[in-house]
Formats: sequence, C-alpha cells, structure tokens
Amino acid sequence: MVSQTFTVLNPSGFHARPTKVFVQAASAFPCKVNVTKGGKKVNGKSSLSMLTLGIQQNEEVLLEVDGEQEEQALKELGELLTKIFEE
Amino acid sequence: MVKMMTTRINGIAASPGIAIAKAYRLQHDTYVPTTSKIEDASAETARFRQAVEAAKQELEAIRVMTEQKMGAAKAEIFEAHLLLLEDPDLIDAIIENIENESTNAEYALNEVAGGFIDMLLSMDNELLRARASDVRDVSGRLMSQLRGVSYAAVSAINEPCILFAEDLTPSDTAQLNLDYVLGFVTEIGSRTSHSAIMARSLEIPAIVGAGAAAADIETGTMVIMDAVAGLVLVDPTAAELEVFHASKAAFDARRSELRKLVDQPSLSRDGHRVELAANIGSVEDLQKVLANGAEGIGLFRTEFLYMGRSALPSEEEQFQVYKHVLERMNNKPVVIRTLDIGGDKELPYMKMPAESNPFLGLRAVRLCLDRPDLFRTQLRALLRASAFGNLKIMFPMIAVAEELRKAKALLQEEKEKLLQEGVQVSETIEVGIMIEIPAAALAADSLAKEADFFSIGTNDLIQYTMAADRMNENVAYLYQPCHPSILRLIRMVIQAAAKEGKWVGMCGEMAGDETAIPILLGLGLHEFSMSASSILPARALMKGLSREEWAAYTEQILSMSSQESIHTFVKEKTRSE
Repeated sequence: MVSQTFTVLNPSGFHARPTKVFVQAASAFPCKVNVTKGGKKVNGKSSLSMLTLGIQQNEEVLLEVDGEQEEQALKELGELLTKIFEE
Repeated sequence: MVKMMTTRINGIAASPGIAIAKAYRLQHDTYVPTTSKIEDASAETARFRQAVEAAKQELEAIRVMTEQKMGAAKAEIFEAHLLLLEDPDLIDAIIENIENESTNAEYALNEVAGGFIDMLLSMDNELLRARASDVRDVSGRLMSQLRGVSYAAVSAINEPCILFAEDLTPSDTAQLNLDYVLGFVTEIGSRTSHSAIMARSLEIPAIVGAGAAAADIETGTMVIMDAVAGLVLVDPTAAELEVFHASKAAFDARRSELRKLVDQPSLSRDGHRVELAANIGSVEDLQKVLANGAEGIGLFRTEFLYMGRSALPSEEEQFQVYKHVLERMNNKPVVIRTLDIGGDKELPYMKMPAESNPFLGLRAVRLCLDRPDLFRTQLRALLRASAFGNLKIMFPMIAVAEELRKAKALLQEEKEKLLQEGVQVSETIEVGIMIEIPAAALAADSLAKEADFFSIGTNDLIQYTMAADRMNENVAYLYQPCHPSILRLIRMVIQAAAKEGKWVGMCGEMAGDETAIPILLGLGLHEFSMSASSILPARALMKGLSREEWAAYTEQILSMSSQESIHTFVKEKTRSE
C-alpha cells in the first residue's frame, strides 16, 4: 500500500465536477482507492461517498491506494486532488 | 364581483427577467414504497439491475440532447448522474440489501438512496447540499423504472406557461422546452441551486425559494413573475398587467442590446478605443468574465491564495493558478497584482506584529520587500506562468521609486535564475504599479520612467487623499470619487504616463461608475477594470460618449468646487447626448 497527503486547491472544493473526474479515474484502476478526511475514510470509487467528505479548498486529504498499479494510481489521482477545475 | 387584492409572493431572484403567463404546476412522484418480503432474491436483483440499465439509457439520451442544445459543459451533470448509477456505495449497497434482507427493490432503493440524501442535506456546504437533488433525481428515475411509470412530465408541456414546482431536478431543467416554458418558480432552493445556475445560462427568468405560499398556485392561474425583484403576482389586475408588459418589453430590449455588445470592441461614439477589463478575486470569477465580454483582466487579486489556510502557498500551487487564468484568457491581457496583505487583511500564520495604524503600516509591497523569501516565491510562480499567456505584473502600494526598483531587481534575479534552470519565461512581461498613494500620484512623472504602466486604485487613493478610513461610517461622506481633488490627481497620473508613452488603467470601483466613466474617458484613461457584470452596461454607455467632447469639458469639470456640482454637470450632459 502507498499513501500520501494532498491539499485540495480547487476554489469551490471537491464537489460535482472534480469528484466525477476523480471517481472516473479511480474506477479505471484495479487497485483499491481510499480517501480519508478528518478521520472519515471512504471508497474513492464512489462519487456519493466522496461527496459526503465535503472537501473544501485548502483542506488536506489522505490518499491510500492498495494493489495492482498502486504507484501509478497514487501519482495520477494525487494530481487530480490538487488540480484546478474549470467551472 | 369585485376582485380581491392581488396575492404577492416573494422569493429569491435567481435569474433576471420578467414573464407573464398562466401557471403550470409540475407534480413530482411522491411514491413511498412499503417493505415486502420477496421469495426469489436473485430474480429481484435481476429486476433491479434491469431498471438500472433502462435508467442509464434514458439518461444517456438526455445527456446527448443537452449536449446538442446547451453544450458539453451543461451536459456534464448527466455524466455525474450516470456515474451514480455505477456507484458501488449506492448500487451494490442496494443489491446487498435485497439479498441480505430479502426485501423488495423499491424499498431497498428508498432506504439506501434516502440515507445518502439525508447525509448530503445535513452538510454545512450549500454546494454539497445541492447535490442531494442529483441523488433524488437519479433514485426517482430508478423508482419510476421499477414501478413501470414514466418519470417527470416537463417534456409534456405544450403551451406557454410559467412552471411552478417544489424544486426542479437537473433532468427537469435540461428538458424544459423554452418555446413554452417562459420562466419558473420553485418553493425551495437558493441562487446556487443547480436549477438557478441553469436558468441563468439559459437566460430565462427564475425565482427560487418562494416558500410554501407558491405551493397553492394551481395550473391555469394567471401570474406575473418579476425575477428582477424576486416577486410573483398571482391573478394580477389589468392595470398590473399593463405595467409589467411595459417593464418586460424594456427589460428584454435592454438585454438584447447588451448581448449584442459581448463580442464588440469598446468604442466611444467618435471611434476612440478603450479597454474594458474585469477585476477578479479567484479563478471562480473567470466564467463571468468571459460571458460578459471582458477585454482582459485589469486586476487579479492574489490574496485568496494566501487566505483561509494554515501555511503559505507553494510556488507550484501558485503557478498552477496563474497558468490556469492566463490560459483561460487566451492571450488577452491579465494584470496580476502581487500580494496585498496587511491593512485590513491579515494572515494569522505569518505572525505579523500588531500595528496601531495598519493602513499606514507594513502592508502590500512594503511587507513583500521586508519578507523577500515570500515575495520571491510569488515572483517565480508568476514568471513561470508568463509563458502561457499575456501576463502583466503589478506591484501594489508603491509610494516611492526606490520600492519599485527593489521589487524589479528581485523579479530580474528570479527571472535569470529560471532562465539558467532552462525554464521558459516570456520576454514581454510588462511591469507596472498601482497608484493608490497620493505621493505616487504626485511623482507619477518620475515613476512613469520606470514603470511600464499605471493602474489607479481609487478605493485607497480616495481614502489616503481624504484621510478618511473607508470602513468608518462616520466619515463615509468623504468617499467622493468625483471630487475635484481626486480627479486632478487622476489627470496628473494620466498626463505623466502619456509623456513617457505608457498606458493607464483604473481598477477601483470608480472605473465602473456610470457617472465617472464620461469624465475618465475625457481625461484619457486607457483601461477601465470593474466587476464583470458592469462591463456590458459600461460598453453601452461608452458607445454614446464622444471622447473629444468630454476632453473639452475637462477644464470646466476640474475647476468645479464639489463632487455634487460635477455629478450634476455629468448628468445634464449625458442626458442630452
């Protein structure tokens, strides 16, 4: 398993659009993807559960990936967590 | 029978406009399933999976239709809905529920989706609460599939109406036939609800959050909706109808006049070109900037990057933000102001010493020169981003040339370092300063030799010239943008820049003020930077003004003794034009 903490930069936080893009990318990986914020850990392949984390701009989240292609997943999904999305 | 007084209902004006038509009430299915034990769990699971597949096909059709009608960005919501139909925490949880509890699919769906809806509704973020309507929309569609009934009926509307509903789901809004639906009123929601956002992009009048009173309005009732004021008139009188038909005509004419100006250059009546730019405080404002036809960004405040967090933003974070803005503006000029912190804006993590007079203290460029480490990080991020668009860098609160020289030296050092590292940096970055301290205005002639441009920050310039705190209501009367003293300073700055062939902008509230614009045009201001929503009205105003005439009025205006007499003069002249 590999993990890293990221700071979310998108101004409006991680709601509909960023979540959609993140979950689509996460679902394409065979490994398990978990995202933790403030002690709450959810499945990174579920957009509903990701939304319930209520991630806002400048908040830190922990990304954990476990299984096949985990290094690649950590890199790509980490980039999405810090990306700024067009609204 | 004598008609009773018209009922008036207030709501939130979510998308401006006026509509007059009969009401049409949209009734959503409010079916609540009961639990029943099932014999064959695998058959029930199969039935559920079939409903999911059918719902996916429906949504895909809506997505394609929306993309054709409203573009890819607006269709994205349905990609999110399709994703919900593949969400393991939703779909798998329902199937588990069917299998483990031997319960019917309708009940399992209601339980699991209901849990998520409640969870989202309880969040303290409005944007996330709004996502509950997505879950409700998708689960409602699934429920209709399971029950074999058709979902929602907006597409069935075939005569002009104003739509009334408790709330509109994203799929309702996407399927509105705009030939018939002239506007809508919902009982719940806010300006940031999905339906409100869609209404603004479709440019149809919308009132949201009208409350329970709106629930009593039945299909066929005549209504007027004034979505400028956020008012619904139920069963209006003939006199009211006449008044609102007239204001609707005026509103629609004004809107179509302004819309024509979006892609037009900003020209005065006598063909003099100026630049109408936008002020932004974050990347979120970009959409509005582009939609309102801004010719550039005249002020990008970078403070948001530093505020509401526990540590300074990294070079990489800043670079991403600047690059994003430059790319979205597609080579139009973008003036980015370096950090303007201090004064009334504090950063707790910087542990700045308390000052007895912060507006006259260590703020903006003074602070940056005091903390070169912090300043260098921002300058490097800006330089790296310069390769991606038309960047202009602006230093705030310059009082004396020495400060500009120091800031420019740091910028040059970082530029050379980056070039040595092989990083691409634009060769044509203009470096300018804010003119917001009277000393800088008075010495503009010498500053103009060293700065590539000036941007007049009127909010601070007025506060420092009048020695009146702009936060203090007791001295608010001294906030007088058109006072001769301020106008003389502005003229001094523009004339000094002109001698050196430099351009002058203005990024305070004054630049968008309809009374000030004619005077500023006459004084020869090149760039007017304002909030995005003021740009089209300013462009329309500009079209009617003669640069030459207003230049000729300058002497007369500047010799007046009060703002009041100047206002009167401008109003008289603009009325006669």
